[in-house]
Amino acid sequence: MTGLMKPGALHVGVALLLLAANFLLPEYHHGAMARVLTLAVFAMGYNVMFGYAGLLSLGHALFFAAGLYGMGLPMQHLGLAAEPAFLLGIFSGALVAAVVGALALRTAGVAFMIVTLMFAQAGYLTILYFLEYTRGDEGFVIAREARTVFGLDLAAPEVRYLAAWLLFTVAMFVVLALVRSPAGRVLVAIRENEERARMLGYDVARYKLGAIVVSGALCGAAGAAYGLLFGYVGATFASVQYSILPLLWVLLGGAGTVLGPLLGATFMFYLIDLSSGITDAYMLIAGAALVALTLFAPAGLLGELRRRACPWLP
Amino acid sequence: MDFGPYLLLASLEGAVLAAVLSLTALGLSLVFGVMRVVNVAHGEFFMLGAVASWFVATFVDETLGAPAWLGFAVALAVAPLAVGAFAWAADRLVLERVGYDPERTIVATIGLLYIVQQATLMGFGPDARPVQPPFNHRLALPWIEWGEEGLALYWPWGLSTTSYKLFVIAAAVVLLIAVWLVLSRTRLGLVMRATQFDRETAQAFGIPVDRVFAMTFAIGAGLAAIAAVLIVPIQQAHYLMGGDPLLLSFIVVIIGGLGSLRGTVLAALLIGMSDGIISVFFSPTLAKILATLLVAMVLVFRPQGLFGARPA
Repeated sequence: MTGLMKPGALHVGVALLLLAANFLLPEYHHGAMARVLTLAVFAMGYNVMFGYAGLLSLGHALFFAAGLYGMGLPMQHLGLAAEPAFLLGIFSGALVAAVVGALALRTAGVAFMIVTLMFAQAGYLTILYFLEYTRGDEGFVIAREARTVFGLDLAAPEVRYLAAWLLFTVAMFVVLALVRSPAGRVLVAIRENEERARMLGYDVARYKLGAIVVSGALCGAAGAAYGLLFGYVGATFASVQYSILPLLWVLLGGAGTVLGPLLGATFMFYLIDLSSGITDAYMLIAGAALVALTLFAPAGLLGELRRRACPWLP
Repeated sequence: MDFGPYLLLASLEGAVLAAVLSLTALGLSLVFGVMRVVNVAHGEFFMLGAVASWFVATFVDETLGAPAWLGFAVALAVAPLAVGAFAWAADRLVLERVGYDPERTIVATIGLLYIVQQATLMGFGPDARPVQPPFNHRLALPWIEWGEEGLALYWPWGLSTTSYKLFVIAAAVVLLIAVWLVLSRTRLGLVMRATQFDRETAQAFGIPVDRVFAMTFAIGAGLAAIAAVLIVPIQQAHYLMGGDPLLLSFIVVIIGGLGSLRGTVLAALLIGMSDGIISVFFSPTLAKILATLLVAMVLVFRPQGLFGARPA
């Protein structure tokens, strides 16, 4: 019974804590946390693929950007309303992930990493190439009037935080349900020993592709939400840096833990936020963190915690 | 200018790019071949070479008051050694400790990339800075055309190159031959090839594999640095300049077959020349999109021929 009680209580507790934070946080951190929660969804999407299915991708900026532009372009050029545009963003993320996944899964290991990196790079360059529609690096702003969902103004700080919280909570329980489901267990089995999983009769390729599509949908949702909540769509979000950041967040928080991505994203966001006040070279922190993590704590914060104290942590 | 002279000009620019690219890509290929790891920070070694070259040349020229060619010559000797030493240290401090595990090495070298790049931003600043070429004569090139009075030689306006660009091409050829000689004729080359062929057997025969790895990593970085020193009088030193060489080296190494010297040089020629020519006639962004997609497709559909006999 505790096997079900503890994780359930923990995650409901985290969700309630973050809800309470809406009323307690000072203004600056209120805005920052709305951003972190949205980015944490991005990281959770990355974690489904990397942490559970064991597929290390270097091209997740592509899925985030697919959501961002899948939502932003129709709103900007076709005057689509926010609600269908958001769904379109999720769909774009899943679709792009399905296409990239189907091709990239023919490779493994280092080749898989390079293929995903190359696809993301091609996607980034494509956004720059269609300058007329995407405005390239400069990006475009989504008008405040358009950013309303069911009559609620997403640009208002309260609504924005609660929307980000809702997205995060839904994503968290989706991931929790997924990793505790039989399919999630199969993914872990594939990560741990692909040959054995195949020998036991599981269709390894289908499970992996499924994980990639779920990951793409979550990242697409994060991208679409980011664009809607903060009103800006730009090519920076498709650059290599945004493929590396989710990897960093997940590694820091703990790959293969449901709450690791949130912890990693929060920690890293504030670390970079604080250091960017001191120097322009704020990515130095990210680099140093990556090297230190691979050297000293490959399991991440929650991974270490699980290993040492809480083996029940999902 | 007519099409013919224009194409010649584009080919010359392409040849300079191919020369620099073959050196850079060879470094990446050597590291992958011998150590079986992908070094994502390779482009930053290139950038470090350019920045080191700027510091050395500026110091020699301005502080010591020596002529420009001396500054360049000293930079050509010092910058690769400095970058090689840095790479040696990085190998010993980071790569060796993660046991050259392919995936963890990639993550660690991504970290290294940001550390080097951002530290350069802090120490060198965000500006692009030039290095004086040691010599720079403008050479007008003739073009042969079938005119009214039979074959005629004339000098189209704008069709020219510089002696320095020709020097870059020649220097790259000399260096490539030198690397080939080291690999095929010296004891160090033999040891490196033995390690590449079978790490464990090499170890069993008393080859200090960890030192060979550190040496290989340093040589790979040094090659990128030499390429950067050569290109810096044409293209200024900047802290973000490592991105393009990294991407192009990846493309070259994957198309040419990892760890194969001949394949790498051939692919560098192909990619360098076609990039030079395509960029003249088409949008460079489109050329890059096609090149990256090509690499992805080659890896997806022909991985066995590209990562050697053993899939990585």
